[in-house]
Amino acid sequence: MSDSKLSKNLLRMKFMQRGLDAETKKQLEEDERRIISDEHWYLDLPELRARENLILEERSLVSCEDLKYGRFSFQGFNPEKLMVMMNPKEEEEDKQEEEVSCMQLDVTDEEMALRYESLVGSMRKKFSRKRDQTSEDVDIKRVFLKPQD
Amino acid sequence: MFSGLREKVGQVLVPGDEFCLEIPETLSLSEPMKPEKVLLGPGLKRKGDRKLLVVKSGVLRHKQPHVFWVENQQRRYVPARGETVIGIITVKSGDVFKVDVGGSEQASLSYLAFEGATKRNRPNVQVGDLVFAQFSVANQHMEPELVCVDSAGRANGMGVFGAGGLLFSVSLGLIRRLLRPRSDVLSDLQKLLPCELVVGMNGRLWARASSVQQTLVVSNLLQSCDTMSPPQRQQLFRRAAQGAL
Repeated sequence: MSDSKLSKNLLRMKFMQRGLDAETKKQLEEDERRIISDEHWYLDLPELRARENLILEERSLVSCEDLKYGRFSFQGFNPEKLMVMMNPKEEEEDKQEEEVSCMQLDVTDEEMALRYESLVGSMRKKFSRKRDQTSEDVDIKRVFLKPQD
Repeated sequence: MFSGLREKVGQVLVPGDEFCLEIPETLSLSEPMKPEKVLLGPGLKRKGDRKLLVVKSGVLRHKQPHVFWVENQQRRYVPARGETVIGIITVKSGDVFKVDVGGSEQASLSYLAFEGATKRNRPNVQVGDLVFAQFSVANQHMEPELVCVDSAGRANGMGVFGAGGLLFSVSLGLIRRLLRPRSDVLSDLQKLLPCELVVGMNGRLWARASSVQQTLVVSNLLQSCDTMSPPQRQQLFRRAAQGAL
């Protein structure tokens, strides 16, 4: 299939774009642009320059009076907030670190003991080999039990 | 060019006063003609091409090089873009929270406007929570919109807060006095108690100290020193320092 037999509209479609080479693509684009610019209407007037506004309006007082940021912490009440005025970025990181350390301290001794009980059993099972596993099961003899009336 | 305005700095203006910006009559040929710009803050509006209109009653203030505004006292807040406010979440509907900021209508806050929030990872915000947020859109034609991140995507101290403190409202003048670069009220409060303070420009303050009584002391002090002159305020703070602690 040569390019001359296919219509221009078909060539412009997306699925045909991959097969085309760069030259034909450029040709198509140029033709399109020419058609579009001919269709555009423009006024034949001298160039008007937009007048610069000398008066600018600002609704907020923050820039007028150089107001500070709204979070304060006095006498070390919340140490992370103290940094907000000077270094707002560091505040979030400090908070997250504090939260993590708080959570770690909350595990009680009882919970630790419970966990270790199960941990020992599961660790033993992990290192036992297949032969050891089968020997454990053989000990329990399964016998048919008659149902009692 | 705006010598008429400059003369009135520090004087009281009333709504309806007009100023005309004059064009210099002689143009110097040696220097390039640079039109001087004027930045109008709240209280002043542009009328036409070269006229100014005063819309609020108060004292005219000036900041170098060419910023003018009218300083007035009011309790009603009007949302303005870029201001940080304390809001209360009232409605949680789908993707958007409705926040009460004390203005004429409720502002909207998208759940994606928090730090680290994605469609799967939604922020933990409930109805009734306090948020410290910034206006991204606030004009008379559209519903105000809030965001809890800055333009770089960082929270910067904004977001949900408020466990264990007290929220109260004061006039906008006191808020301005607290947030000024060298604020007397803030330095007095600093020497008094260890406490944490969040200042919203919509007239709302949130305070937290180590005990309930101290929190109440801080809130009462701030609410009463609104209408006091500096000597009265310092006397009040001194009495509080001796009595309450």
